[in-house]
Amino acid sequence: MPRVPRIAPSEITPPEVYFNRRTLLAGALAAGVGSLVRAAETPATGAPLDYKINPQYSVNEPPNKYEEITTYNNFYEFGTDKEDPSHYARTLPTYRWSVSVDGEAEVRGHFTLEDILKGQSLEERIYRFRCVEAWSLVVPWVGFPLSNLLARFKPTSRAKYVEFTTLYDPTRMPGQRVPVLNWPYVEGLRIDEAMHPLTLMVVGLYGRVLPNQDGAPLRLIVPWKYGFKSIKSIVKIRFTENQPRTAWNVATPNEYGFYANVNPSVDHPRWSQATERRIGAPFLAARRPTLLFNGYADQVAPLYQGMDLRRYF
Amino acid sequence: MNVTQRYRYLYKPLVFAAALAPLAWLICGMLGWFGASLGADPVKKLEHECGKTALQLLLLTLSITPLRNLLGLPQLLRLRRMLGLFAFFYVVLHFTVYLVLDLELNFATLGADIVKRPYITIGFTGLLLLIPLAVTSTNAMQRRLGRRWQTLHRLVYVIAVLGVWHFYWQVKRDVREPLVYAGILAVLLFYRLLRSRQRAAAALTSRSGSATAPGRT
Repeated sequence: MPRVPRIAPSEITPPEVYFNRRTLLAGALAAGVGSLVRAAETPATGAPLDYKINPQYSVNEPPNKYEEITTYNNFYEFGTDKEDPSHYARTLPTYRWSVSVDGEAEVRGHFTLEDILKGQSLEERIYRFRCVEAWSLVVPWVGFPLSNLLARFKPTSRAKYVEFTTLYDPTRMPGQRVPVLNWPYVEGLRIDEAMHPLTLMVVGLYGRVLPNQDGAPLRLIVPWKYGFKSIKSIVKIRFTENQPRTAWNVATPNEYGFYANVNPSVDHPRWSQATERRIGAPFLAARRPTLLFNGYADQVAPLYQGMDLRRYF
Repeated sequence: MNVTQRYRYLYKPLVFAAALAPLAWLICGMLGWFGASLGADPVKKLEHECGKTALQLLLLTLSITPLRNLLGLPQLLRLRRMLGLFAFFYVVLHFTVYLVLDLELNFATLGADIVKRPYITIGFTGLLLLIPLAVTSTNAMQRRLGRRWQTLHRLVYVIAVLGVWHFYWQVKRDVREPLVYAGILAVLLFYRLLRSRQRAAAALTSRSGSATAPGRT
């Protein structure tokens, strides 16, 4: 077997290289007509973002390459192969995006992406990302704490959960023509999980506007839970009193729980969760032990005090 | 060239090369030759491609008999052993990638997987059952075993079912691809069921025919 040498950070291709001319051109065009079209206020994929690095949220593991994070995606709306989203997601128009807010909150209604982002200061956080399929990444996300956004809607005392819904658009999301899951994709968090400082609303990656295959223009990142909880391309936020019926849990309730906290001692019925393979790591050195709550136990374990994590998997 | 020569010097080498092509492409992917790539997770790619190629070759092996009957080409049988052995070859590669690159030679996990994960139990059983078939694939073994050879090699039906089942069971949610394999296998097995019924019926008529043969009355 060939040994692949460990790649030095200096050798990692900078994101600039990945943005092809067409995207830049589209960005330039959008900027050019910006004064006429309101939609163009939303920056194009790959446009640089104004953000600060938050050193409080980092890991001492090297982040994955931009190419790995953007070509190895589970985004079934664009097909079930890992490469499918990177091939087909570019057709998704992420401008003129709006999010509807509904349910147990005082402030409800439709909000444009610009409204959502208004007043939020963006920060970069480097998080571990652990998929339920037992592979993992380290990703420099750009976003803002979800709690900052949710607080604005003034959830009422009956808001026990927050439900998120992905765009439903089978013409732009061809994967939705196949009933692999019950579309649209729905995810949810308990309100205290949603308000936790680690929970991030993400708009960027590697300092740039998030590419579509990674859930543009707005996605959730809940780093202590399996990746499928971190819903992409969000169009709806609803505060609920009852536990939301989430996509994977509805599809296969015995395999995917509502909580889906990363836990090495609670196996998936068909495979072990004790270890994971880090994408991009060298051959024969990629498998590593999975950490309880994906290594965020210090911060989030109190949320689940006294709960049977085996039962509420 | 007569038929024997054509098979020996032309068709068999061609099939041999074709059966190695998937491996060659994977090696190109590993080395980044000819624009081939194994993607962000080369281990999974190698693992899945070897497994799928093994299943494809296994189904191809099982389609030789129906094809030779339907096309009237008894010579096709000369290709069957090579295809079967290549299926075995890719199953062994698939297992090797799983053990060495995926599990990184963690034998404790291997043991736990085989015991606790039904889809791995099934796949591993299929691999074990293929070994006696590969070992007895030579002419000499065929002669030595006589009629028992055919009985032994009927195991391939069980192995094919285990293989497709293994594929079906490890897919997370989108089972369309394994269902295609299952459909093809179902057709191939159904064909054999029909044939054996036809043969049994034919044998019955010929026997009852001889029982009422003239001269006995």
